[in-house]
Amino acid sequence: MSGYPLHLLYFAWLRERIGAGAETIAVPGEIATLGELRDWLSQRGPGYASAFAAGKTVRAAVNQVFATPETALHPGDEVAFFPPVTGG
Amino acid sequence: MARVKVQEAPFDIAAETAALLAGRQDIGGLGCFLGVVRGTVEGRALRAMTLEHYPAMTEAAIAAIAAEAERRWDLLGCTVIHRTGRLAPGEPIVLVLAAASHREAALAATGFLIDWLKTRAPFWKKESYVDGGEAWVEAQAADDAAAARWEG
Repeated sequence: MSGYPLHLLYFAWLRERIGAGAETIAVPGEIATLGELRDWLSQRGPGYASAFAAGKTVRAAVNQVFATPETALHPGDEVAFFPPVTGG
Repeated sequence: MARVKVQEAPFDIAAETAALLAGRQDIGGLGCFLGVVRGTVEGRALRAMTLEHYPAMTEAAIAAIAAEAERRWDLLGCTVIHRTGRLAPGEPIVLVLAAASHREAALAATGFLIDWLKTRAPFWKKESYVDGGEAWVEAQAADDAAAARWEG
């Protein structure tokens, strides 16, 4: 499978480290799950490496629903990465 | 069906309470939780708290939490209003109202709603201190424990 587009969103300190709140990128076709996307993103540059560094808890949602590393990705999905929530 | 709002503007507790009670006589108790910005954090004076959220997801996530409360208790009304943006110490952040025929359900549902909001709604707080520093609030193990007591 060739590359496919994803809409990525970053919140809180992930947004600050990556330096953007949103981007649409083409990811390699072999990336099938959220966990694989996270590993691939962490190689994209120092900001991404810092945001996804080991030991930092990062949560995610796919199409506005909380997701796990095993969640499958599809072309055009909206994928959000963020720290554990702290509202209320 | 719960009334859910995410807004920067302040809210009016009296107006929200009156809206829940309007035109009905079956409500016997109304639980209310009001979250407020504290002025000090571990001895450090706070200048402001800024709340970021995930607009496309926030209201749906809160509505799902409210739907779970309505599944667990016979609620006669439910309102959740969460503020975003920059808030000063002493300002209200979040309002939870849960109405039922008796106080047990109203109070339990109110506690459930705020506990799950803290661990399942996509909000993030950043603290700005009087001394000039800033820090994102870290998720608290105590909040996870408070939310977990409603599981099972």
